Amino acid sequence: MFSYCTDPSVLEGVSWLSCYLTTGKHMAFYVSFGTVLLLLAITAPTALLFGLGGAVAARAPIAPISWIGRGYIAIVRGVPDIAFFLFFVIALDQGIEWLRHKVKCPDWSESIRQGSDFLVCDIAKMPLSSSPQWVHEVYGFSLAVLTFAIVFGAFAANVIYGAMQAVPRAQLETAAAYGLTPRQTFRRILLPQMWSYALPGLSNLWMVLIKATPLLFLLGVEDIVYWARELGGTKNARFTDYPHGDWRMWYFLALLIFYLGFTKVSEMVLSRITVRLSRGQATVAGEALRKAKG
Amino acid sequence: MSCLETIQAYAFRSIGFGERLLPRSDFTLCEQFTLIGSGMLWNIYFGIIAIIFGFIFANVLALAKNSANPVTRKPAEWFIFLFRGSPLFIQFFFAYFLFLQLKSLSPLFDSFTAAAVGALIVLFLNTSAYSAEIFYGALRSVPKNDMEAADAYGLTGMAKFRRIVWPTMMRLAWPSYTNEAIFLFHATTLVFFSGFPSWRQQGDALYYASYFADKTFNPFVPYPILAFYFILLTLCVISLFGMVNRRLNRHVPQAQRRRMRIRMNLIR
Repeated sequence: MFSYCTDPSVLEGVSWLSCYLTTGKHMAFYVSFGTVLLLLAITAPTALLFGLGGAVAARAPIAPISWIGRGYIAIVRGVPDIAFFLFFVIALDQGIEWLRHKVKCPDWSESIRQGSDFLVCDIAKMPLSSSPQWVHEVYGFSLAVLTFAIVFGAFAANVIYGAMQAVPRAQLETAAAYGLTPRQTFRRILLPQMWSYALPGLSNLWMVLIKATPLLFLLGVEDIVYWARELGGTKNARFTDYPHGDWRMWYFLALLIFYLGFTKVSEMVLSRITVRLSRGQATVAGEALRKAKG
Repeated sequence: MSCLETIQAYAFRSIGFGERLLPRSDFTLCEQFTLIGSGMLWNIYFGIIAIIFGFIFANVLALAKNSANPVTRKPAEWFIFLFRGSPLFIQFFFAYFLFLQLKSLSPLFDSFTAAAVGALIVLFLNTSAYSAEIFYGALRSVPKNDMEAADAYGLTGMAKFRRIVWPTMMRLAWPSYTNEAIFLFHATTLVFFSGFPSWRQQGDALYYASYFADKTFNPFVPYPILAFYFILLTLCVISLFGMVNRRLNRHVPQAQRRRMRIRMNLIR
């Protein structure tokens, strides 16, 4: 990176550290922080959509749709979430390949599960074995995003379902009295009011989502945990210009501090949003705001 | 091998009794059920010990956080923030590598790198922080009237705390504390995926479930078995804590009792 980094063996102290921390692998480490942020940026809205869908389905007047919604919410209770993460990644992968297999190779006669193997025809493989490395990485990452969205969507559905129930009935009845159709009531009354009830639950969920991001490591994505283990391990002088002992402790300390900072900042932002959403609401917080304005 | 023989061979495999070698091929449903159930022993061990000691420490922390003196308040606040603000997964990794370093300094820390001790310490500290926050919240919401009544009866100091404040705090905190206990049992599944090595393939339920899923490429059998065991465990926790909840609420009029609401489980 820097001009004086050409011969690391003669460097000392800060200049050694500055060269060490800017090697190519460390750059990949820093980029992986971006991977985590990207995961959060994609997962949060997707999970919210899944959650909204689940909550609306659970409230549906048609019984089978309501069962699907309720089942989706209920299924994540009682089971460790990490089991879901491990399960969904394989299940989704095999499900996609199985569907492609059915469509692309209809005259395949052998069974897909042969003993301990999962066999589909070559053109049904996802991604194709001939595709470049980055396609494999993007596919792995999107599977991880989808898994996160499914699991956190169920949590969000639970929160949003509760929030929709919490909107005062009188509001909905007034809407009906004004001649609004159910659809209009949903869009103009229920949806805007629901947020202030859902926010405490959703902000809690956001904190939990942040703290769940290291599980990306288990899904086979090269994330910050992967790099911290990789870079921190003992480095022999024979294989690298920057030999050092077992520094994994320090790398994980850095991750710990990163997460602490991240949750602290989120906490501050979320408390501001809570104040903003309480404006004009018939709740204790809204009343306090009204009084404060005078 | 009949199912009974399998149970004999593998029921205590996770703690080192019975057959040394894990099944390698032609996995039967019985083998999967037995081994995953055997792994549950670890989850129960971690959960119960961490809860018992965590409960005591959490009470101390909650009181410290509530104290007016910054010398006791600040450390408690920082401790709770440290463990609630960072992922448990990273805490496990950090603790494991910290213990590795300490081990090279002093033989005192030799046993700490084993999951049975090291992971237990992390789980204990973690659940202490989460429970302390729950207890602290409950302590802050002890009704003012109760305190005034205690004053009117001339109760002060330790007697007031023991007979009025603490029981009320427990009563208010109990529903959330039940959830915390359920979380903790779920969190125990992270141990063997986070640095702590499993000695001679003696792991927890998820360790064996993922072993089977890796070997058979079929996640649709071991994970539902794991789910079944955990739902069973969750039901046990709920009924046990429900009994305590009834005892704590026995003097409260029926209509006012706080219903136990079991909320969703989340990762930490």
